[in-house]
Amino acid sequence: MFRTISRCLREYKTATIITILFMAGEAAIEAVIPFITARLVDSFTGTPEMSVILKTGLLLILMTLVSLFFGGSAGFTSAKAAAGLSKNVRHDIFERVQTFAFSNIDKFSSSSLVTRLTTDITNVQMAFMMLIRIAVRAPLMLIFSITMAFIMGGKLAGTFVIVIPILVCGLLLIAKNAMPAFRRVFRKYDRLNESIEENVRGMRVVKGFSREEHEKKKFHTAAEDICKDFTKAERIVALNGPIMQLCIYFNMAFILLVGSKIIINGESNINVGEMSSMLTYGMQILMQLMMLSMIYVMLTMSAESVKRIDEVLNEETDIRNPENACLTVADGSIVFENVSFKYSEKAKKYALSDIDLTIPSGATVGIIGGTGSSKSTLVQLIARLYDVSEGSVKVGGIDVREYDLHALRDNVAMVLQKNVLFSGTIAENLRWGNPDATDDELIEACKLAQAHDFVSSFPDGYETMIEQGGSNVSGGQKQRLCIARALLKKPKILILDDSTSAVDTRTDAFIREGFRKFIPETTKIIIAQRIASVQESDLILVMDNGKIAAMGKHDELMQTSDIYREVYEQQTHGGDNDAA
Amino acid sequence: MPRNTKGWGEPRKPGEAVKSLKRIIRMLREFYPGLFPVTIVCILFSSATSSVPAIFMQKVIRDIQTYAESGDWAAAKAVIYPKVFFLITLYVLSIMSITLSQQLIAIMTQGFLNKMRCRLFDGMQNLPIRYFDTHKHGDIMSHYTNDIDTLRQLLSQALPSLVQAGSVVVFVFCIMLYYSLWLTLVVIGGVVLMSMVSKKIGGGSAKYFVRQQAAIGKTEGYVQEMMNGQKVVQVFCHEAQSQKDFDEINDGLFEDTYRANAYANALAPIIMNIGNVLYVIIATVGGILLVSGAKNVSLSGLPLDVDIVVPFLNMTKQFTGNLNQVTQQLNAIVMAVAGAERIFALMDEKPEADDGYVTMVNVNVAEDGTVTEADRITHHWAWKHPHTADGSITYSPLRGEVTLDSVDFAYEEGKPVLHDVTVYAKPGQKIAFVGATGAGKTTITNLINRFYDIADGKIRYDGININKIKKNDLRRSLGIVLQETNLFTGTVMDNIRYGRLEASDEDCIAAAKLAGADDFITRLPEGYETVLSGNGANLSQGQRQLIAIARAAVADPPVMILDEATSSIDTRTEAIVQRGMDALMKGRTVFVIAHRLSTVKNSDVIMVLDHGRIIERGSHDDLIAKKGTYYQLYTGAFELD
Repeated sequence: MFRTISRCLREYKTATIITILFMAGEAAIEAVIPFITARLVDSFTGTPEMSVILKTGLLLILMTLVSLFFGGSAGFTSAKAAAGLSKNVRHDIFERVQTFAFSNIDKFSSSSLVTRLTTDITNVQMAFMMLIRIAVRAPLMLIFSITMAFIMGGKLAGTFVIVIPILVCGLLLIAKNAMPAFRRVFRKYDRLNESIEENVRGMRVVKGFSREEHEKKKFHTAAEDICKDFTKAERIVALNGPIMQLCIYFNMAFILLVGSKIIINGESNINVGEMSSMLTYGMQILMQLMMLSMIYVMLTMSAESVKRIDEVLNEETDIRNPENACLTVADGSIVFENVSFKYSEKAKKYALSDIDLTIPSGATVGIIGGTGSSKSTLVQLIARLYDVSEGSVKVGGIDVREYDLHALRDNVAMVLQKNVLFSGTIAENLRWGNPDATDDELIEACKLAQAHDFVSSFPDGYETMIEQGGSNVSGGQKQRLCIARALLKKPKILILDDSTSAVDTRTDAFIREGFRKFIPETTKIIIAQRIASVQESDLILVMDNGKIAAMGKHDELMQTSDIYREVYEQQTHGGDNDAA
Repeated sequence: MPRNTKGWGEPRKPGEAVKSLKRIIRMLREFYPGLFPVTIVCILFSSATSSVPAIFMQKVIRDIQTYAESGDWAAAKAVIYPKVFFLITLYVLSIMSITLSQQLIAIMTQGFLNKMRCRLFDGMQNLPIRYFDTHKHGDIMSHYTNDIDTLRQLLSQALPSLVQAGSVVVFVFCIMLYYSLWLTLVVIGGVVLMSMVSKKIGGGSAKYFVRQQAAIGKTEGYVQEMMNGQKVVQVFCHEAQSQKDFDEINDGLFEDTYRANAYANALAPIIMNIGNVLYVIIATVGGILLVSGAKNVSLSGLPLDVDIVVPFLNMTKQFTGNLNQVTQQLNAIVMAVAGAERIFALMDEKPEADDGYVTMVNVNVAEDGTVTEADRITHHWAWKHPHTADGSITYSPLRGEVTLDSVDFAYEEGKPVLHDVTVYAKPGQKIAFVGATGAGKTTITNLINRFYDIADGKIRYDGININKIKKNDLRRSLGIVLQETNLFTGTVMDNIRYGRLEASDEDCIAAAKLAGADDFITRLPEGYETVLSGNGANLSQGQRQLIAIARAAVADPPVMILDEATSSIDTRTEAIVQRGMDALMKGRTVFVIAHRLSTVKNSDVIMVLDHGRIIERGSHDDLIAKKGTYYQLYTGAFELD
């Protein structure tokens, strides 16, 4: 499961390997130190010689300094490797998302993609940093220490035969029991936090209905429940320390009891210094086991994040550029041939069915219909944002699946219903439509979209900064800027998906008039709630339940379509228009 | 298993931090008057028992040495065994106290967090709406997530370790002095060096961690914006450019992450190895002292010997190790206290004041018109008016008359939002407010249900000044449907019942029918038992709105406020919703705020608001005839936004 992610290591492989080597070096030295210390201590007994003490002491200090160098350097290289890995994973995910089709984007919500790009990667980064530093060091230290202990201690090392299995079993048992408990708790905890968030957001409703006490009671029950589970899980983990202590103490008592007998009886040539080194080795061995159990826990914890990252990295895009793709779009004619569409293969219901439609180049087409009637779905097929399930959509006489995607989308400009402006200046946002557009072209497009007047009224004009999410322009202004941005593409087909809903009716009419006058060759498709927005179109489609319920000009539809007439009357009942 | 904690608290004044820490400890003692001291004693006991063995080990080693020459095991046994068994007894006691303290800490930590969470939530429920309007929801949430998490770290790890490691340091230090002053001085020298190094490296690390936080923030911001706008990116073929911009930010993040972690990673091995050097130096100096036969200075007065140098070596490790822990924990504590301060700040926030004394009660109305209070639902409501002067109580029927009399209001001092607004709504009338965003429409409704209190003027409900009505009762008498629908996790039925908790299933279904929601609800997979989550993410905006209307309908209040209740519904659905709304409005006083003028046309009175003033008022026909602002709006000459 770590394979996909390890492929992201790339140029940081060297840093990773160097880290591991450094850590191995550090481990080797650290394992030898108690051995040499034992020699030093031994030299005290009998008739101590100053030169031996100094020589051994200097050797030890030298070794420690080398170990310090190794450890310190490994700190740097491991940070580089881990930060590098996370950089590459972040790059890869972002790159992968860029290739996504709309259907892939729908599958992952944008907030879940953000979590993957941030929290999940941070988790992996931390785990990886731990891993390359400890995962090699700990087992190495363990082997060194055990070997040294057996070489030095002989029989005394028997204590480890008893202690190690106890500790390993204990730690594993704790980890095994604690982990599912924690996972359960964290799930509940997340749910609790969600419900708090719900409360914060809906505070007006809570207070409006005087439900404060009700909410408190609900919260207390949920919090109590979590507290119980949390305590249970924490109490399992809290056994870690005592088990560790138990093993250390057992070790000490064993070495003292058995060691004293061996030494005094002269059963082996072990001496006092070696005995005290045995105590040090004992500590080291147990510490390393503790580290290993920590790694185990960490890996399982980060596994969740790795899985979520893999999901994105392994997601294949649903729409690919064809080979030998067609690069030019002849004209703005559109043909739907027997088109049916559903959002996923598993979906039972078709979002669109039996659509047959021919739109000549340069025509103005209006589409109306209630929410869920699949108006947006219909137009999204034209820019090949989704692929049809059956039938075909042709633009300029050629199936959209045969075009180069960029060529197609540059010629089919969509103004999406849920549109966004990005942080940056107005001019920068507009140039999304055409990076090379001159200032005059920007102004021209804005005039056509009826945006020039308000843009020029800003103190900074076209250099006005748009805040994240476009919160400093009004809804109607934002829509007009989005239209101008699309116009800058000079597309052959322009699609407005409910893009003037916040624009007042008069300005809306000006925009449409401009389209008629200045871009007559462009095919214009306008989805709208207001009949007024589509009334004078060459063709009006009435969508209902994924089907074209009726089509024709305004006057015909008033005669033939009940839905159309109903909406018209609803909107004009007693007057002409809505204000918004 | 610590969760991700983001608590990079800005440094506070140390005095404040100590105060907050004291408050936490005071609360701990208040919640756990018994367990808290027991835990402290256990920790102290276990650290004492883990330091004392060093002395006994030294004694045992001396015995071994003494008897090693003679090789008389039987004699040695008699001396050594009792000591070792005493040692084992200490060990057993130590393990018992560690186990006990760890378990108690787990219990207390979670219990404490639970109580804090509940206090936080209870306190939050009592805060005025102003608090929620002026604080970012994300910030409020982070008290429950990040800040509570840092508290958890504090209680379960930082504080216990501090007590434990701190007491070990003190104990070991005493024992070291007991053995040898000279060697102790060497240890102190090493510790000074360590603290200097760690301050230097730690400082570098802290600097880059701050930068890393900023870089993470920047990356998150960009990623959030791009992931939200990913469809637009695709439509404009902007993939390559946004990837390029992202890589630039990503590279910056890499640099800062790398440096911050590099210093942090290097610190531990460096400190550890300085500890090792110290260890070797002690051994060497000890050896030299032994050889040279220098005079030992110590509390015990023992001469320097191998059996002093050997345990001293182990103590050196223990001393430096624990000292490091203390400094590490101090950092963690500073961070956690910053989190605690933020929690306390929310808990100390002033709750919504309520000095109303008029309450809403169920009453029985006798044939002769006398009103008596009932203890069950009678569907007759009345205001209960206690008079402090003579102790009498009067009842007046709930009718639904609302008047605003020359009301002025400002959210912020000096920035008035409403000027001299006067509105009379007779029972059963429909009053509409139209006007641009920021004209003050929603503000008026915020004042009627006392989400905010007016600055000047009077608002009366059935002739009673609303300041005198108990807030809960006032709000219960007002139904409210907002543009932004907020549903809660639970079934559709639960959500409707939210309007009146004691409503039966039949009541809820009837309300849904009234609102025109029954139709689509019954078509949901589980009907009324369908579980909604994520604010009803599985429903369309219009469907959510219908449930919100049903929720208001089941409450059955005499006065309703509909704030842009139908603005996000398409025209066809609106026709259905409108029928529900019309049914709902019948016989009630209704305040309607709407963007679509078709929704307000049939109101009894329409108020056109502009910059907090009512500039036109009258019925639809009146206003059209007047050819003023309303007329311009209606004919589409004006943009409402």
